[in-house]
Amino acid sequence: MDLFGQNKEKGDHVSGIDRGKVIMYGLSTCVWCKKTKKLLTDLGVDFEYVFVDRLDGDEEKEVIEEVRRYNPSTSFPTTVINDEKAIVGFKEKEIREALGF
Amino acid sequence: MKEEEASEEGISEEEVDKVYRRLRDQVEKSGYHLNPDVEFTKDLVRGLLANERRYGYWSCPCRLSADNKEEDLDIICPCYYRDPDLNDYGACYCALYVSDDVIREERRVESIPERRPPKEQRDAEKAEEKKREEMMDTMEFSGELSKPVWRCKVCGYLCAMDEAPGVCPICKARKERFERFM
Repeated sequence: MDLFGQNKEKGDHVSGIDRGKVIMYGLSTCVWCKKTKKLLTDLGVDFEYVFVDRLDGDEEKEVIEEVRRYNPSTSFPTTVINDEKAIVGFKEKEIREALGF
Repeated sequence: MKEEEASEEGISEEEVDKVYRRLRDQVEKSGYHLNPDVEFTKDLVRGLLANERRYGYWSCPCRLSADNKEEDLDIICPCYYRDPDLNDYGACYCALYVSDDVIREERRVESIPERRPPKEQRDAEKAEEKKREEMMDTMEFSGELSKPVWRCKVCGYLCAMDEAPGVCPICKARKERFERFM
């Protein structure tokens, strides 16, 4: 997914070890999201993150629908692995295990 | 987040410090506790200030604001879910507020489940509440109650007055966060 072109405030791709497709949906103001993003960075995996609070209008709606598919309460952070497994909240152990660490 | 937030919202470290200290003093006086992890807590204060700039009110930093005060009334900090979460998990959803046992280091703070009901359920509850209020408006209180009773939805404070107070004397929540209780 090409994330929002050049606008890094909304989200970005972080290069690293391939452990499948990993996307973290978070809020830029949320400390648990920040911790999750840091964990993924520290693990050195390839992942993408999206700060949903920085999206507007249709872009935001679209992403919320995407999150709802995996996590009906659309809470953050929601980390989706390989379009199937969703980890809701900063669950360090679960995230490590799901990524094979 | 510090740098990103600073660039986007123009929030200075001094402002975060000032608001953090003011909030901590106010919270301690009313018998609550902020998370003792100062850096973590200041990050949340930074998020609150960012939301104040964006939306005009202290929307919870760990929840997605609807950018509509009426819809977000339940997640304006302190949110309606703080006290039950403090009881069940020792921290509010963001972990800005923690319970006594966390302060005594008998319990650890972690990421907790979201208690806020989904939008459809919140809308249904709001409609119920409105119906109840309308019903009570038409009831003849003079025989039983000399005044209507108002409840602060943040801290549970009750008062019997013609109108809810402008600011809750206990938790300082504003008038719009009161409901007609009796």
